[in-house]
Amino acid sequence: MTTSPLLDATGVAKNYGAVAALRNASLSVLPGEVHALMGANGAGKSTLVKILTGAISANAGRILIKGEARDIRSPAAARRAGLLPVYQEPSLIPDLDVLSNLRLTGTPVEPFRAWVRELGIPDLDIRDTARDIPLAVLRVLDLARALAVEPDVLLLDEMTAALPANLAEKVLEVVRRQGDSGRAVIFISHRFVEIAALCDRATVLRDGETVGVVDIVPGVEEKIVELMLGTRIVKTHIAARTAEQKAAPAPARPRIAVRDLRVGTKLADVSFDLADGEVAGVVALEGQGQDELFAALAGSIRPSGGTIEVDGQPVKFSHPIDAIRAGIAYVPGDRSEALAMQRSVRENIALPFSAALRNWGPIPIRRERAKVLSAIERLQIDTRAQGEVQRLSGGNQQKVTIARWIAADARTILCFDPTRGIDVGTKQEIYKLLRELAGNGKSVLFYTSELEEVQRVCDRVIVIFGGRVVDIFTVEEADEPALMRAAYGLPRGAEADIGILADPSSPSATAPEPTP
Amino acid sequence: MSTSAITPPPVPLGRRVKRFMADRPLVPLLILLVVLVVILQILRPGIVNERWIANTIKFAIPLAILAGCQTMTMLTGGIDLSVGTVATMSAFIMATQIVNQDPAVAFLLAMMPAVLIGLVNGIGVGVFRVHPLIMTLGTSLIGTGCLQVYQRTVIASGAKIPDFLAWLGTGVTRLPEAWVPSEPARQWLADTGIGFAFPNALLLYVPVAALIVFTLARTGFGRLLYAVGDNEHATRLSGVRYWQVITALYITSSVLAGITGLLYIGLIKAPSLSLAEPLVLPSVAAAVIGGTSIFGGRGGYTGTVVGALILTVLTTLLTILQMPEGARRMLFGLIVLFVTAAYLRIVEER
Repeated sequence: MTTSPLLDATGVAKNYGAVAALRNASLSVLPGEVHALMGANGAGKSTLVKILTGAISANAGRILIKGEARDIRSPAAARRAGLLPVYQEPSLIPDLDVLSNLRLTGTPVEPFRAWVRELGIPDLDIRDTARDIPLAVLRVLDLARALAVEPDVLLLDEMTAALPANLAEKVLEVVRRQGDSGRAVIFISHRFVEIAALCDRATVLRDGETVGVVDIVPGVEEKIVELMLGTRIVKTHIAARTAEQKAAPAPARPRIAVRDLRVGTKLADVSFDLADGEVAGVVALEGQGQDELFAALAGSIRPSGGTIEVDGQPVKFSHPIDAIRAGIAYVPGDRSEALAMQRSVRENIALPFSAALRNWGPIPIRRERAKVLSAIERLQIDTRAQGEVQRLSGGNQQKVTIARWIAADARTILCFDPTRGIDVGTKQEIYKLLRELAGNGKSVLFYTSELEEVQRVCDRVIVIFGGRVVDIFTVEEADEPALMRAAYGLPRGAEADIGILADPSSPSATAPEPTP
Repeated sequence: MSTSAITPPPVPLGRRVKRFMADRPLVPLLILLVVLVVILQILRPGIVNERWIANTIKFAIPLAILAGCQTMTMLTGGIDLSVGTVATMSAFIMATQIVNQDPAVAFLLAMMPAVLIGLVNGIGVGVFRVHPLIMTLGTSLIGTGCLQVYQRTVIASGAKIPDFLAWLGTGVTRLPEAWVPSEPARQWLADTGIGFAFPNALLLYVPVAALIVFTLARTGFGRLLYAVGDNEHATRLSGVRYWQVITALYITSSVLAGITGLLYIGLIKAPSLSLAEPLVLPSVAAAVIGGTSIFGGRGGYTGTVVGALILTVLTTLLTILQMPEGARRMLFGLIVLFVTAAYLRIVEER
């Protein structure tokens, strides 16, 4: 087929300061196709989507829509050009009813209703306030609202996440028909099964560049995983660990035992153990429930089911202080969540000391200084600008968030992506520190979005996909391709099993003709 | 090698001054205070004498304590607008109960509404997350209403100002002359009119101020106030229970306001239902002028004290200008706005 593309973006680049989010991305979508956009965390998918929909502007690149060069400066301009996104977060204004929301965007009501019925919600009252509508239905309404204005290119970001199976099936069916009717859909998803059932081609991004466009045929998932990993596919060897970095001998009883943990719709039936003296890695794509897992273990949110045992005792955390008393400390991924930015390094490290009511009195300055200084020394925090934490570099700030719990002598540290956005040298120091902690008999649960870190730091890796533990690897097995495959929900040894993309129950096989 | 190569480029004087001020935020405030006093002395030569200083201090102290309440609440990103009502209530109850009651009982009765209002404020802000502005405004209105009802029940018994409070509020103690080391110094002090006497209110205020400064700088509670105002989420992750900090804070603030009321009634000596109300907004202004950020996490009490002195001197200055009341208020408001804006420009680096 040699039709000209509906959307043709080439050479798109975007820099945030010195960081290049996109270097050279291209995406070409033909009429009548459903096109998957894929890439590992941080590959630049969301940046590209934001540029295409006018939310941000590119530094370089050319975007042709139906052969015409268009400068999409705002979401409204993208809409006029026939490009409409449906984002992961519901976009209806919560305090207005559905009808007012439709009027706000000038969406015709009758087609909207037709699409809503089509998508499997027969009894929607458009006078309902958006706030009272369940999340899954809201997402479907977002889709219906987009469909009702008949866009040329529909952009769906993780559309089926948070949808129950029956709605997801309807959505996939409608999307497929949208493609068949000569329009185009850009489909962003982490689920190979959906992509196999739905898409015609896939564009793969890596490190801000388009590294390949592939036709979706049975067995192509291996190629896609390879493209996403790039040259990094070489199996990394496990660095020899010094004596003090070795895992301590495993004790009889696990430090933390998690059984059938459930948090809302985000996390289901998660079970694993964390032993003293080990670093257990957690690997997951964005939004697979890892945030909820860490928050539940840290006492920030209450699980809706399952049990957590600490040293064999069942615990129920209702506030982070409960977890801290049990020796469990949480280092969040976002440094600004953990630091009082205008206060000094010392005050930030010593913050947990004053938390309990009985420690509100005069501060034992000398004792505190000794503890803080030893933690600063251990992490080698650069204290030249220690008067205000906000003047420190990102890496040093991150060290402060960890130093706090070294000073407080926590037995278990939950580290959520501690190396995100910090320099290589500091990263190495953090790896070394986590290994040393394990060597001293502490335990560490370590979520990372950079797969190469796993073999440097972890003893074991827990892989989560769609809110469930899909696999647990030992460090020897946990090379990047294996982890990447598992993180995308592919079964182990998928090389042999190409059947997954030839799923006969795919909705596309039985899709009826599009409705007018 | 020439020396010019190794000397750093000269920093312009303005920039150096600015950096000096930024490092010591108290300095520009003290300069402003001295400038105001000098202006006063020029406009009315001889006004700055022993009596004037004692008077200024006496009137600045209630304002400074209430401003301390504002400083502490503002550090957490809050505000306490109920201090005026609380002070008025404790003063009014003290003045009416002392007629028939033992002084200790009267004192306890006077402090009761303070503790109660502080507790309600703390629970409202800390547990139910009502905005502090609305919460304290609400309890303040409720308190004023209760006071009006209370006034009818005691209208027959009358009121009096306890001698001790009058002594504390208005009294001045002259120190023994023997404390001055030499005769010429004594002579010089007498000649210039700079007294060697101090207001009794300082006996109460100095310990209170020292306690506030110490609490903010050297106790776990003080550290939590700054941390909560800076990043509440971070304190939660460190195991701090927000409601505990906030409840303790608003109770402390209210108790301080109650004590201020007792001091103020000894100074004003005329119990009324709006006794301390005129101090509320100046107390906020004093804390802001003193460099405490209303967004929380930044500031301290020493600046606030100077802020309270500045406002008090400013009031005197505007009074002797013999302007109509309206013009005086306008000028007061304008100067407060100007000083705050200028001060932030001087102190904020960046």
